Amino acid sequence: MSSDYRPAAMPGSGRPASPYWNPYLAGIGLGLVLLAAFVLVGRGLGASGAFSSTVAWLVNLVAPAHAQSNEYLQGYLGDGTTHPLKAWLVFEVLGVMAGALFSGLLAGRARIAVEKGPRVSTALRLLCAFAGGILMAFGAHLARGCTSGQALTGGALLNVGSWAFMLMVFVGGYSVAWFMRWQWR
Amino acid sequence: MAPFYKYGFFGDEMSLILAFVLGTGFGFFLERAGFGSARKLAAQFYLYDMAVFKVMFTAIVTAMLGVTYLGWLGWLDLSLVYLVPTHLVPQIVGGLVLGVGFVVGGYCPGTSVASLATGRIDGFVYAFGIGAGTLAYAEVFPWIKGFVNSNAMGQVTLPEVFDLPWGLVVFVVVLIAVAGFSAATLVERRFGDKA
Repeated sequence: MSSDYRPAAMPGSGRPASPYWNPYLAGIGLGLVLLAAFVLVGRGLGASGAFSSTVAWLVNLVAPAHAQSNEYLQGYLGDGTTHPLKAWLVFEVLGVMAGALFSGLLAGRARIAVEKGPRVSTALRLLCAFAGGILMAFGAHLARGCTSGQALTGGALLNVGSWAFMLMVFVGGYSVAWFMRWQWR
Repeated sequence: MAPFYKYGFFGDEMSLILAFVLGTGFGFFLERAGFGSARKLAAQFYLYDMAVFKVMFTAIVTAMLGVTYLGWLGWLDLSLVYLVPTHLVPQIVGGLVLGVGFVVGGYCPGTSVASLATGRIDGFVYAFGIGAGTLAYAEVFPWIKGFVNSNAMGQVTLPEVFDLPWGLVVFVVVLIAVAGFSAATLVERRFGDKA
């Protein structure tokens, strides 16, 4: 069965890892969290913005003059009256960590491991992960949001740019999938 | 009347607490779906497991129907829900680059957080890559600023651009999603045996 992709067990736990949830069930759960965000705070979910806040904060610690003269980072530092990490998306992403860890522990899926196909070395997989992260950062900043902030949030709000973005994510992904298949299959 | 925060039912501090609580739910369901694993996510692009499409579109349809019904009931003022402004060409280019990054690295920002939280080293390295990329982006920003801010269309929705009723667009999206789910299952049956 194709959708029966099983996660590996947590070592030493003495029990097999639970299978992942039915995608429609997980999707409804995700959609209700997103709806709750709209109703409660009037904004959707996100992720990439938290990375920008963190980077702006770190650069400001190491080289304050440089951070404050950089137009992009300055946007995340604000006027200096509030801490750069006191941002909505930073708190939300901390919650994502807690929620994912809770779910992973509950299902016996939390373990130190590298996710990769059988044919690729760990070093090469990690190099690809790093390179993919750099590309992701550029893509998300150019698009003003990532899969969470644009595709998911904007998709549900019928945002024009979000739908164009989402379509192109799949186009971009499928166009290089063949060249990258040694990493996954 | 919702959104509660915009109507002043609570202040900034409470909105940050809610950010954490909502994030918890977000992370929980991402991990439940299997999105803490790059192999599960990458499978979408090799057609043997279409969970990314199924989860994403189920979530979009759920939230879209939710805001639509709450809007009709008069309980939610959709005009107060923040919309990211549309800059069509930069967002098309951004989507392409992000899609390539997804297949090369195996995650997107949100899923990399779910992945590193459950102990995946590749998720951690990926998140580190996002940090490095953000730093690099900030450095080149002055040169690409003109492009990033080009094509400004403001905060605009599909029904507005195509001059169609909101309800009709919602209906079409639901139909496309349902057709897409059936197609995705057929595709999994066709390519799944290669997994």
